[in-house]
Amino acid sequence: MESIKVNVLSKGAEAILLLKLWYGMLVVEKIRISKRYRNPHLDVMLRRARTILEARLLHEAKLLGIPVPALIDIDIRRNSLTMEYIPGKRLRDSLERFDKDFIECLFRNIGENVGILHSNGIVHGDLTTSNMILTETGNVYLIDFGLGGHTWDLEDMGTDIHLMLRALESTHTDIADLCFKAFINGYKKIMKDKTGEVLRKVKEIRSRGRYVAVEVRKSWRYY
Amino acid sequence: MSTIVLGIESTAHTFGVGIAADDKILANVNEIYIPRYGGLLPREAARHHLVKATRAIKNGLVRSNVRLEDVDAIAVSLGPGLGPCLRVGAMIARFLAVYFDKPLVPVNHAVAHVEIAIMATGTKDPLFVYVSGGNTMIVAYSKGRYRVFGETLDMPLGNFLDSFAREIGLPQPGVPRVEELASKGERLVELPYVVKGQDMSFSGLLTAALRELKKGVRLEDLCLSVIEYSYAMLAEVTERALAHTRKKELVLAGGVARSRRLQDIMRMVAEEHGAAFYVVPDEYAGDNGAMIAWTGLLAYKHGVSISPKESFIRQRWRMDEVEIPWRA
Repeated sequence: MESIKVNVLSKGAEAILLLKLWYGMLVVEKIRISKRYRNPHLDVMLRRARTILEARLLHEAKLLGIPVPALIDIDIRRNSLTMEYIPGKRLRDSLERFDKDFIECLFRNIGENVGILHSNGIVHGDLTTSNMILTETGNVYLIDFGLGGHTWDLEDMGTDIHLMLRALESTHTDIADLCFKAFINGYKKIMKDKTGEVLRKVKEIRSRGRYVAVEVRKSWRYY
Repeated sequence: MSTIVLGIESTAHTFGVGIAADDKILANVNEIYIPRYGGLLPREAARHHLVKATRAIKNGLVRSNVRLEDVDAIAVSLGPGLGPCLRVGAMIARFLAVYFDKPLVPVNHAVAHVEIAIMATGTKDPLFVYVSGGNTMIVAYSKGRYRVFGETLDMPLGNFLDSFAREIGLPQPGVPRVEELASKGERLVELPYVVKGQDMSFSGLLTAALRELKKGVRLEDLCLSVIEYSYAMLAEVTERALAHTRKKELVLAGGVARSRRLQDIMRMVAEEHGAAFYVVPDEYAGDNGAMIAWTGLLAYKHGVSISPKESFIRQRWRMDEVEIPWRA
């Protein structure tokens, strides 16, 4: 790989992202870093499995027309993926500054895209606003498929939705309702009648949490 | 005159009495029910609490040199926990409040673990990893409440390790004994590693580990694998929450916080993200009366109280339902 300039773009919990120039094109190399706290054998196993899985899921999502970074290269020995650089901001940091209509529109769109993934047997595995990039043109790119998977299991789809809702409740408390309703509207457009089944599963997953009050919680009125 | 609060804890295996005054803990007396074999039977634990209650309260008062008449309020943990156990504490607290005409202050057990951790470690705005026999959650304060940034989807980590210990024939408490065997382990056995976003699941890990045991895997190796898999899952989720919330302090709280291996792991996680690391001191790590008294004191000073008639126990009272006026 011909790389002229290398910058550390960010250091996440799991991987380090390098911004590189690749034959004149800006790319991101995601290297899964070794964790000192993990048993070395477990560490190697996890990093390799996730790198391969993420490459597959990115490629498949791209074929489905979901806005994800295009996969360029995979290097198994370095546990690294090289993908297209998406200029924009993390949705987590920019969300609160927009007006209600725009936020609704964004989340309807995100809901649709997640619906397309689910209806094709793919789950993201870590749907939070930290894993979404908002571009200048108003597109939301989904990134970080490292915890995703191939599945037709209602449980996994429900977990995706549950994670989205939980991320909204804990990080965007004031607009969580608005965002989640719009998300479900978009999701319904693709998943149709199946939406009800998935949402029932979400409810079940949440009630399984050890100490969920028996009374229906305020935030559960979507069901 | 300082404000004095007497707190009663009885959510599970511990009947605890604590007395807190303004900025210090005056007494922390705890009676722990240990089953002769098998797991905790709620009814048996409740009976234990009833038998030990009077002595514990008397000891607390004597140690702190406080008379019940001098106490400003009675605090009690109304949940989450086991019904029969909770009822004992609630009954005694209601009686004391009515008989001595003191305000009754409801305390959420999980919030109390977090508050005593803040007090004991001297932190300001940390991320908590709260792991015990009944809870596994990662929480931080945000906008009036403690919010959950990750938790178990089924069994708590402490319960998982205790159940595993029991199945392989180790006495309770299981965690230190499993860790001891793990230190002699050499080879890692492949088990399911289940992290879903910010949440973990341990029940599949337990099933798989017991299946491996039947296949005749060396016990030490199995213990090593169980410890390494479960702690790595918790560490990963903690790391995500730390990166997400950008908190600069990490506090390990709850009964499993006593584990040296888990402490080492969490210290490394904190270091990687430039956060200072704290462990709750042993006396406040497990369930205890002092944490209820202390949290009751904070709540009482901010006008929180409940009429004894309405002081129902809440077995599934989530900590993110509780408003925290003293941090606002």
